[in-house]
Amino acid sequence: MAETKTDATIDLRGVMCPINFVKTKLKLEMMSPGEVLEVILDSGEPIQNVPKSIKEEGHRIVEVKKEGDFFRLKVERS
Amino acid sequence: MTDHFIQDKTTKVTVNLEGAEQKMDFNDLKSGGFIKQRQKDLFTVRLRCPGGRLSTEKLIEISKIAHKYSKKGVVHFSFRQSLEILYVDYKEFNAIVAELEKIGQKVASCGPRVRVPTACGGCEYNPNGLTDTQKMAEMVDKTFFGTPTPHKFKTSFSGCPIDCARTKEMDLGFQGVVDPKWEEEACTGCTICAEACKEGAIESDPDTGKPIFDPLKCIWCGDCIRACPTEAWRPKRYGHIVRIGGKHGRHPMEAVEVCSFLPDEKVADAIRLTIEWYNANGRRGERIGNTLKRVGLDNYLKFMEPVFQNNQAVKA
Ligand code: HEM
Ligand code: HEM
Ligand code: SF4
Ligand code: SF4
Ligand code: SF4
Repeated sequence: MAETKTDATIDLRGVMCPINFVKTKLKLEMMSPGEVLEVILDSGEPIQNVPKSIKEEGHRIVEVKKEGDFFRLKVERS
Repeated sequence: MTDHFIQDKTTKVTVNLEGAEQKMDFNDLKSGGFIKQRQKDLFTVRLRCPGGRLSTEKLIEISKIAHKYSKKGVVHFSFRQSLEILYVDYKEFNAIVAELEKIGQKVASCGPRVRVPTACGGCEYNPNGLTDTQKMAEMVDKTFFGTPTPHKFKTSFSGCPIDCARTKEMDLGFQGVVDPKWEEEACTGCTICAEACKEGAIESDPDTGKPIFDPLKCIWCGDCIRACPTEAWRPKRYGHIVRIGGKHGRHPMEAVEVCSFLPDEKVADAIRLTIEWYNANGRRGERIGNTLKRVGLDNYLKFMEPVFQNNQAVKA
């Protein structure tokens, strides 16, 4: 699959729930609709919770890559 | 259970006061909601708050009434979500009931009958919620509250398998579930669902990353559906797991699961038939869990077939 271009990145490894989601949300709110934020999340609780919260806010997760024990998500701002 | 018998007697004494109490109609009150306190002449007035919910408008009015009639100026949130006004003098029952009636606030019930249903927030605002527990509690309260049964009959609604409303401890409990359905075309093999499933019901295919689903481990919580970025997991149907025969008290019993995906529109039928069965089979003072033990679960299930049919566990 082709790499999705990203407009910003936020590395949330080591950041606990729900602060990781709040940071994602704040970052997305500073971006324009259609821009893509790359979010790096730990597996376990963060990956269990953050994607669904992103979806609930109406944003779209357009790409997911697993790298070792973390995930790289690309989120398109709604 | 000394307390209970003291309480029981006092209820009678109160009833005997009827004459002196002028037009106090205890039948109207469905023998309930007034609980003798250890303090002389003082009672707890338990309000009827299905699902533990009150409008702020009503709450303000209740506060004023509680402030006026509670000798100590305190209320208590009961373990079944209803608000109790403490330290009310029985001589003021008429007045407090009249004032509560004016704001449309009813008093709860006690004794051998269907109690006020409890419920969590459910899908209306709880992120885990799968069923509209508040709506169901309101329906049950409207339709069944106060219906006489051999012993108390407690119901509750939880919105999801986390089961905050403890359906496993109810005479009849309803817990929200969702049946997840996977569509391969939409799946990108990202493995998030396998991470999101806390029950080990989803493993990722080592090559494609796509989910391998084990229905025997699934508890129907919907975490996979919420987590999947591409909507490859979708809800196939929502419903309630129905549990019967639970209680707490001195000798707690865990309810048994009797139906797996009962749809909303059959909940009322399930309750109506269950009460019918209980009234036909239960002995006075016997909780339905004990009736089931004595008469047999099969007898109950046979009786319930018209309602439970086709909603059985998808596990089988
Ligand atoms: C006039 C009749 C009754 C009154 C006024 C009354 C009052 C109460 C009150 C105030 C509570 C605490 C509720 C809470 O915190 O939510 C309670 C709980 C309870 N009562 Fe009664 N009660 C009555 C009859 C009975 C009877 C007949 C039984 C059983 C034979 C019974 C069994 C229990 C049990 C098991 C609880 C525990 C709480 C629960 O399961 O939710 N009560 N009752
Ligand atoms: C002021 C009234 C009452 C109060 C406050 C009350 C409270 C309670 C409480 C707190 C429990 C233990 C529940 C638990 O651990 O969660 C209980 C259990 C029980 N109570 Fe009462 N109760 C009341 C009236 C009665 C009456 C009048 C009876 C019977 C005539 C009764 C029969 C029982 C029985 C049989 C249990 C055992 C558990 C069960 O059936 O669930 N109670 N009650
Ligand atoms: S049972 Fe589920 S829906 Fe209800 S409050 Fe608990 S977590 Fe939320
Ligand atoms: S519904 Fe819940 S238990 Fe079942 S597979 Fe999905 S996440 Fe796992
Ligand atoms: S979360 Fe969705 S897209 Fe990702 S592997 Fe599971 S079903 Fe496929």
